[in-house]
Amino acid sequence: MTPIVGAAVAQNVAFYILAVAMAIAAIGVVRSQNIVHSALFLVIVLAGAAALYILLAAEFVAWVQVLIYIGAIVILFLFGIMLTRAPMRSTGDLDNSQRWAAVAVSLFMFGVITALLVDAYGGKQIKLKNSLVVLGNSGTVASSIFRNYLVPFEVVSMLLLAALVGAVVIARRD
Amino acid sequence: MGLNQFLILSAFLFCTGIYGVLARKNAVLVLMSIELMLNAVNINLIAFSAFRTAVAGQVFALFVITIAAAEVGVGLAIVLLIYRNERTSDLDDVDQLKG
Repeated sequence: MTPIVGAAVAQNVAFYILAVAMAIAAIGVVRSQNIVHSALFLVIVLAGAAALYILLAAEFVAWVQVLIYIGAIVILFLFGIMLTRAPMRSTGDLDNSQRWAAVAVSLFMFGVITALLVDAYGGKQIKLKNSLVVLGNSGTVASSIFRNYLVPFEVVSMLLLAALVGAVVIARRD
Repeated sequence: MGLNQFLILSAFLFCTGIYGVLARKNAVLVLMSIELMLNAVNINLIAFSAFRTAVAGQVFALFVITIAAAEVGVGLAIVLLIYRNERTSDLDDVDQLKG
């Protein structure tokens, strides 16, 4: 339970490197004029998020993020790009005409959320302690799922099955 | 580490996702922007899980990841169907419900 002192600075440095990389890659996802590049920028954002989870000692969620997001969802996106024959090279017409309105809306949202967060959580610190590492391993997460969240877990399983069958039915060629 | 640095990074990713949903024309790119927004929510959940030393945030992040996988599967199936019927994946061209 003793706080770990020396790691805090290294953790902050790692956080800011990851944050800058993720921010640049996120802008790349929404600004790139090449749709495959957008998907690859998305990989950087998702991998950065997995690294942030490791930084917060949530190791099980980090590996699930790598397996599901980077391993499955990005591959699905690449299939979607290929099957819809989206323009693979830069064509310059991936944005619609409401770009400046979208910039205004997202900047406004960012301002409001940031002001609220600074007001509500300014100065709060995440304390590094050994119990965080215990919290993040698969045993703790699994016993929480199967003790406290069993019904939501079963509902999500049914939802996943329904989505699987639904996707097959929708996309099937009759 | 401050709690706010995670939350503000997550807010930035969320707002980038909003911009992408509003400004992109291609349906696959809109789905990617939605993934950005869901991922921002996950970062929030994990940060609060570490802040409060409670495992519930991680469990909910896992649920969000599952829902995101289901959403992308169904979403891409719909995009594929639209492409097959309309020969386009531009959302501006899908306007049959317009009076």
